[in-house]
Amino acid sequence: MLKFFHRMASPKYFYQFAGKLIPWLGVACLGFMLAGLYDGLLVAPTDYQQGDSYRIMFVHVPAAWMSLFIYMVMATAGAIGLIWHIKLAEVMAISSAHVGASFTFLALVTGSIWGKPMWGAWWVWDARLTSELILLFLYLGVIALYNAVEDKRTAARATSILALVGVVNIPIIHYSVEWWNTLHQGPTVTKFDAPSIDLRMLIPLLLMAVAFKLFYAVVVLMRARCEILQRERNSGWVKELVRASS
Amino acid sequence: MNPVRKKRLILIGLMVTGVAIAVAFALNAFNQNLMFFYAPSEVMAGDAPPDHPFRLGGLVTTGSVQRQPDGLTTRFDVTDNVKTVTVQYTGILPDLFREGQGIVAHGKLNENGVFIADEVLAKHDENYMPPEVAASLKDAHNAATTPAAGTGAP
Repeated sequence: MLKFFHRMASPKYFYQFAGKLIPWLGVACLGFMLAGLYDGLLVAPTDYQQGDSYRIMFVHVPAAWMSLFIYMVMATAGAIGLIWHIKLAEVMAISSAHVGASFTFLALVTGSIWGKPMWGAWWVWDARLTSELILLFLYLGVIALYNAVEDKRTAARATSILALVGVVNIPIIHYSVEWWNTLHQGPTVTKFDAPSIDLRMLIPLLLMAVAFKLFYAVVVLMRARCEILQRERNSGWVKELVRASS
Repeated sequence: MNPVRKKRLILIGLMVTGVAIAVAFALNAFNQNLMFFYAPSEVMAGDAPPDHPFRLGGLVTTGSVQRQPDGLTTRFDVTDNVKTVTVQYTGILPDLFREGQGIVAHGKLNENGVFIADEVLAKHDENYMPPEVAASLKDAHNAATTPAAGTGAP
């Protein structure tokens, strides 16, 4: 097992392994996504208060979960990169940033679309919405900083530190609805009590959450492969790969 | 783990803890400003700014909503089950506005202690269920509380 991880940390093996893994993950992602959308949009019952408009939840909530999850992955990979100087960890950290930023943006936009009919406002400066917006800026900062530094290994070290400083925002986002009065409602699923959601609504929500996780896996592996090729462009195996394909 | 890596791990740990402590102090200091709204009992206790507009949040008291003759103005009571503030609002209320529902209103207190709102937002709760489940829950709740209220009153 340890040997497997050790080998995976080598960019060459990772490149090949990820290439084989991506189609399987992609098919699984599509399956979960279609099942989740069908179940969520057509099968799940309407809500007692919000009618059918609550169904945007099946995109909004998994996207918001992913925005936090990916940030933790990015920061952890960044820390591993800083401590052990593993190239692959640096690659995973920066590849996650773009996907994370997209999910954060998606969560903010769907939240806004949901907020207008339900609350009566597109945007309010309450603690949950503001801290999620800060998360988007953190992601954008990480991406900008990485691209601003010419040497990619130095850039990775700088962005990892920025990402680690931003980790403090993650518990703030999660607990914002409990610590302060907010317009955003409290947690439904991620709390210690039983989830306060009907089982028929919870199932499509979880299906979508799995689909989004798989989507992240597919995209991050694709991005990591690109990043590896770019970083290793002077190494023998990449040159050979290029020669073989042209 | 070799000493160099251990040192880096400790440094990162210290950095994250340091930032967390600094942010915790800062948030604690700004705690009041981070509150999106004041509850009616805070308003009654004089915590809300008297001259500035602020937000008031609570539940719309059942049976308190009165439409004024002009058709646009609504008066209703907002409560946190301790204190109650009367709110007056001219404009279109959000779809989710109804008695018993949580709302957040933005506006100012006038000299009579009536909250003149210029914006009313509906706050929905974290419970999601089909209408028939909500109806049966309500029936069960009514069945459980009605006899108790009858005998429990002094």
